[in-house]
Amino acid sequence: MNDQPASLKPLASTDGMAAFEEPWQAEILAMADTLVQRGLFTANCWSDALGLAIKEANDRNEPDTQYTYYQCALIALERLVAAHSVIKSADMTERRMDWENAYLSTPHGHPVHLK
Amino acid sequence: MSEHDSSKVVKIHEHLHSHLPSESALRVKALETLLVEKGLVDSRTIDAWVEAYTDEIGPKRGAHVVAKAWTDPDYKRRLMEDAPSAIDELGYLGTATAHLKVVENTDKIHNLVVCTLCSCYPFSLLGIAPAWYKAAAYRSRAVRDPRGVLKEFGIEIDDEVEIRVWDSTAELRYLVIPQRPDDTDDMDEASLAKLVTRNSMIGTDRDLKPDTQGLR
Repeated sequence: MNDQPASLKPLASTDGMAAFEEPWQAEILAMADTLVQRGLFTANCWSDALGLAIKEANDRNEPDTQYTYYQCALIALERLVAAHSVIKSADMTERRMDWENAYLSTPHGHPVHLK
Repeated sequence: MSEHDSSKVVKIHEHLHSHLPSESALRVKALETLLVEKGLVDSRTIDAWVEAYTDEIGPKRGAHVVAKAWTDPDYKRRLMEDAPSAIDELGYLGTATAHLKVVENTDKIHNLVVCTLCSCYPFSLLGIAPAWYKAAAYRSRAVRDPRGVLKEFGIEIDDEVEIRVWDSTAELRYLVIPQRPDDTDDMDEASLAKLVTRNSMIGTDRDLKPDTQGLR
């Protein structure tokens, strides 16, 4: 797995591209839709947060790719969860490190579990 | 080799084969496990959602709606008047289609759907939005230069045809009913649904053919 972007220009050239290049991209939308359905935040909140993250990426001149889009979706979801639940940004950073350590300490072929 | 050295080799070996996921994948894993722990999502729900939207849903539901509208005038009338209720009749109502407007192409009108803010899209009818729908290039150019965008998709629209561009929001999304192809009078609903392309329901495809397979 890598994070290499694919060009989105011209538009029609990406017409047959899979909606998800990697599983984590689908998981973001699944979590966002589930949390909207649960009422943690509204569809409007999600749209506004995603729109803002996309605008920020555009202002930073990030490439106009599906990879950038899902990066923005991840940023938007992390912000909304931090704003609307007890889970805060520091919890996410700590848990991300826990997962990295779990992967690094698990031999190849074995299931990875948090310690 | 000393015990210390062999332990070091094992560690290096483990590191090389650890298959550490990407930074984004690690952040998503962190978020998901925290949300599951707090009881805000169920991992089985997430898995089921991903499976459904990766493999199953696609644009088939939208194509069914279009084919039914082509063959059943009463259904089409209900669909144009109150799309969410008509969609619900077929069991396809979802959070992304609770507020849906259906717009119809004619000889004189072509409809094109965009979300200029982000990527609002009736995904419970059409599956996940295609890559180009989410691209800044499409979101900005669809409004500014719809004919130019359509040309990129190989669609030439006559000057006398009006192009209506619909900007989706989280509260109002759109589905285009393309024109029924000629020479399809003897086709049933299921066969007609196969002619309907995903892009024709967004507006980046127009003239459907009776002999082409849709759902591209």
